[in-house]
Amino acid sequence: MMELVCPAGTPAALRAAVDAGAHTVYCGFADETNARNFPGLNFSREELAEGIAYAHARGAHVLVAINTFPRAGDQALWHRAVGDAARLGADAVILADLGLIAHAAEAHPGLRLHLSVQAAAANPDAINFYAETFGIRRVVLPRVLSVEEITAINREIEVETEVFVFGGLCVMAEGRCSLSSYATGLSPNMNGVCSPASHVAYADVAGNHEARLGDFLIHRTPKGMPVPYPTLCKGCFSSPDGKGGGQTGHIFEDPVSLDATRLIPALQKAGVSALKIEGRQRSRAYVAQVVRAFRAAVEAADQGAPMPEGLLARLTEGQAATTGAYAKTWR
Amino acid sequence: MDLTVGPIAFFWSAEQVRAFYRTLADTPVQRVVIGEWVCSKRLPFWQHEIPAAVEVLQAAGKEVALSTLTLITLKRERRQTAELFASGLPVEIADLTALQHLPEGAPFWVGPTVNVYNEGTLEWLAAKGAQRICLPPELPLESVAQLARAGQDAGVAVEVWGHGRAPLAISGRCYHARLHDRAKDSCQFVCAEDPDGRTVETLEGQPFLTVNGVQTLSYTHMSVAGQADALRDAGVAALRLSPQPGDFAAVTRLYAQLLESGLSAQDALAGLRRIQPGAIFAQGFLEARPGAAPCP
Repeated sequence: MMELVCPAGTPAALRAAVDAGAHTVYCGFADETNARNFPGLNFSREELAEGIAYAHARGAHVLVAINTFPRAGDQALWHRAVGDAARLGADAVILADLGLIAHAAEAHPGLRLHLSVQAAAANPDAINFYAETFGIRRVVLPRVLSVEEITAINREIEVETEVFVFGGLCVMAEGRCSLSSYATGLSPNMNGVCSPASHVAYADVAGNHEARLGDFLIHRTPKGMPVPYPTLCKGCFSSPDGKGGGQTGHIFEDPVSLDATRLIPALQKAGVSALKIEGRQRSRAYVAQVVRAFRAAVEAADQGAPMPEGLLARLTEGQAATTGAYAKTWR
Repeated sequence: MDLTVGPIAFFWSAEQVRAFYRTLADTPVQRVVIGEWVCSKRLPFWQHEIPAAVEVLQAAGKEVALSTLTLITLKRERRQTAELFASGLPVEIADLTALQHLPEGAPFWVGPTVNVYNEGTLEWLAAKGAQRICLPPELPLESVAQLARAGQDAGVAVEVWGHGRAPLAISGRCYHARLHDRAKDSCQFVCAEDPDGRTVETLEGQPFLTVNGVQTLSYTHMSVAGQADALRDAGVAALRLSPQPGDFAAVTRLYAQLLESGLSAQDALAGLRRIQPGAIFAQGFLEARPGAAPCP
């Protein structure tokens, strides 16, 4: 059976995910060392120790994401995070930064290393480079690949692959995007945040709802319609063609989220080891519901049974979901 | 501190490329990085210009390196990356994938789309043979200074994104094709219609970003003219200037005057505004502000 890797933004979400059937949960420390550095989220050292004990007692694994890029002059914070994860018995750490990976491989040779999606390893050469140089055991693949490409990658690599199947959809190569810092000064790589709530403003103007990120209008919807959260790459913009025409719309991506449920059998056939659900910022109730549904789905796939359709539709952002790049038509 | 010209971001015709490098040979820049940086589908249209461009630039005393793609995915692209290392010229890696093809002990350069955020990464790359590293544009001055110091200790020249639309994102999806309701595989090379990229505005008409195929650039032109002294004091070895249509030679001369002949930052910016009327110059990143924050 494919391994189900589930998000835990809080100790309560960790317990909920384990109870709902997660094979593995992933979480981060409450600081800039992880890419979901949101207020009120993530784990203290003590909470992680308790979470690991809870999961291990029930046969589940815990991965610790330390997947931002250490700040120059301040690497000790990230080195400490890796050291503490190892000391507390984490089953693996999820890393993105080349220097941090080199440090972890050297200072903690017994620690299992996973390559974060933030490392943007999108082909066998990059994956084999990390595997051969640092002993990386698993790679989380970017959400820019099709099922065919994932199949081809798995033929050329020795390490396990993990893919996102549900939750937020990054349309840019992750870990290589500065759109957020261009608009707000804060980025996923440096600060662990994208389109941060601290820079979001909503207003009602002339019969419309408006959502801004920094100085930029990202969404404008007529009153009575919900205005989506202003994630930069899902905004509504226009692009003049220089000849008096142009396009207006979601130039990068619609405000949709990823749901690759129906592709689970294809991903299994492609040799994928683990399915990942995004959403460490989500509530305990959400996590429990999604985990239950996906546990049923991976069990069905394991037995060759059809996928449960539309199971999760009402949980997706803006009621719309896409299979993203996995189905090649996306491009 | 001296000047490096980065690879051309846009899809220019072979004639435009040829004219650009001929003109560049007579400019006060020390080195030039050449190659297809954005989309491998463009390469067959202009790659035959590369040997002549290398020759004309080397004859003019410039150091020349060849760039890899920013996002390497296809088999063809991986093969092309491996072939770059057989050229005898230094290779500037724009994607860490290239390291898998690096011949043992071969020197290389690192471009601004590789994530070098800290001393640990810089030192690892230096030990592997990196000679020059252009830092990611989003880094604040404090980090740049730390890295420039680490670079001096490790024998690596550290560069900063000095001028031009900044590379902000790369995708598996082509946004130029998407604007024309096409997919990447059937793009019909529509990005060639926009030699300076295609502007993306907010619904209020505020220019925001620039679509360049699979790459997203800033709308604003970054210019570190105002921070040149601080960067020099920090130990930065070079400013990177990014090719753009128009009188790019004049842009290089302004920066040379800024670095060597005591031209003031204010006069440099005024000069840039004359060369590129209507352009908005920005440099928030170095000041740890939104990157789009305009230059004073």
